[in-house]
Amino acid sequence: MTTYDGVPGLVETTGSHGETTLVVDAARIVEACTYLREELGFNFLSDLTPTDYLGWGSRGVSGYIGTPAGRDMHGPGTQGLARVPDAKPKRFAVNYHALRLADDPVRVRLQAWLDDGEEIDSVVPVWPTADWFEREAWDMFGIVFRGHPNLVRILMEDDWEGHPLRKDYPIGGEPVRFSGAE
Amino acid sequence: MSVIENRPKIYEGSRIPSPIPTAVLVDPEKHALEDILTINFGPNHPSTHGVLRLVVDLDGEMVAGISAVIGYLHTGFEKTMEQKTWWKCITYPERIDYVSFQVNELAFVLAIEKLLGIEVPRKATWMRMCLSELTRIHSHLVWLGTSALELGAISMFWYTFDDRDTTLDLFEMVCGTRMHTRYFQAGGLAEDIPEGFYAQAREWCKKMPKAIDEYEAILDRNAIWLKRTKGIGLLSADDAIALGQSGPVLRASGVNWDLRKNMPYLAYDEVSFDVPVFPEGDVYARYRVHMEEMRESVRIVSQCLDRLEEMRGEPWIADDRKVVLPPREELHTSMESLIHHFKIVTEGYMVPEGEVYQCVESPRGEFGVYVVSDGGPKPWRVKFRAPSFVALQATATCMTDAAIADMIAIVGSLDGVMGEVDR
Repeated sequence: MTTYDGVPGLVETTGSHGETTLVVDAARIVEACTYLREELGFNFLSDLTPTDYLGWGSRGVSGYIGTPAGRDMHGPGTQGLARVPDAKPKRFAVNYHALRLADDPVRVRLQAWLDDGEEIDSVVPVWPTADWFEREAWDMFGIVFRGHPNLVRILMEDDWEGHPLRKDYPIGGEPVRFSGAE
Repeated sequence: MSVIENRPKIYEGSRIPSPIPTAVLVDPEKHALEDILTINFGPNHPSTHGVLRLVVDLDGEMVAGISAVIGYLHTGFEKTMEQKTWWKCITYPERIDYVSFQVNELAFVLAIEKLLGIEVPRKATWMRMCLSELTRIHSHLVWLGTSALELGAISMFWYTFDDRDTTLDLFEMVCGTRMHTRYFQAGGLAEDIPEGFYAQAREWCKKMPKAIDEYEAILDRNAIWLKRTKGIGLLSADDAIALGQSGPVLRASGVNWDLRKNMPYLAYDEVSFDVPVFPEGDVYARYRVHMEEMRESVRIVSQCLDRLEEMRGEPWIADDRKVVLPPREELHTSMESLIHHFKIVTEGYMVPEGEVYQCVESPRGEFGVYVVSDGGPKPWRVKFRAPSFVALQATATCMTDAAIADMIAIVGSLDGVMGEVDR
């Protein structure tokens, strides 16, 4: 059984669905990742991805079907949310899915919380595979990874405006380039 | 055969260049001498497996610098899925990697089931395994045919696509469609397994190992194939792990790692199969891994068929009316069934609040799904950990000291499917 008590900057450890989540202080993320790799043997980064929790648990965000003037899924008589989900500490969660690729494999999720505009240190020196993951996170969420060797857009075009996976980026919200109006 | 022996042997340790591990950069001073030719490889080149663009700096025939540019096939699957109900979302993962459709669907369905905490009947588990392995063979056949085609062995393409066709016939028989089946549902399978499937699948199982032997006979004694694959695109075990490689690329670098064996899901711990591992770390080793994996997959399929035939008449989907569509025939007689059907189709089912990361061994490696639910009928966030996306990061390391002609073999051997890379 792996114990995570020694992880630098550890705020809390939670477990659900057979998975362990370590919430760590965003300022000490590189220390925590280095500790995981060096001391606990997590040599493999499976995934790195942020989640935007803007509007989490409020009306009309999820659990919602129909037009803005239509049905309210939070109201009685529908299958709406059974309960309002627990509030999140900040807007963005950056999730690091690390794996101990060895005979005794273990997975762990590292979670760091950021507000809009806050920056976080890059973990490319710890796990080189984080390179493109962090570029994608910047591209899609606009989170700046300090010290990343080449933090430019990866999936969207270089001159794209906005960060599409943010919750305040509307679907169908991109400008129409060839409308025929000109 | 002297050329082969002069090729570099696998190296130990790491040669990931810094500061950018995913690109090889040319010294600007060297650029100024105007001996370096910068060319664009792709995005519209038939051997890029889609729309990959590589910016290559050439020093004569040798590659001096390389960086991959992706995103040409970005379609915003993850954003779209946030707007769809969970059960409509099941169709999306199949389409991001259109070659390993069934395995991707499996990962997403397993993630939903993990959040729902729903019990899946054993018949569904075994059928999922059976179809996953068929998908693996289908994917490897496509890989083998196209990779050989790119190196000039055009006949391989016709042979493998013929066998791919009979594999897809099995999917058509079970699911009604040849690809993008949407056969796995949260809770089990969409339909019962048709009676004729077993006989046809058994015939296929008998034929397949012989077909794989024939492919090997064509390629393994082909001097051109050997010269263009042996000692090319070297990746050490350390580098493979550091770069997050998984699947055949990792196993061809000598790392004995397969999620089906090391962290079993479904019922992979109940079937017997071997994990092929080759230490050479070159394109040829990756080819060998693909070939052996197809043989092992045929073994798993026939074991699944044995078990499935004993389960005739058993339920194929969980009996949970809040999640699973009611049986079609009940809709004519039961009001409750009609209401449930209507609710699930229009509003979707509610998935309890939580976040899970579910990964499976796809033909290309670790395919992971990270989902967050807020308790409503739509996912809050879906993220795919695409093995091809990660595999392409290794292009630069593999291309160290390579010639321009090797690039085709190396990029092909990393087996990137651009739909999955760009999502």
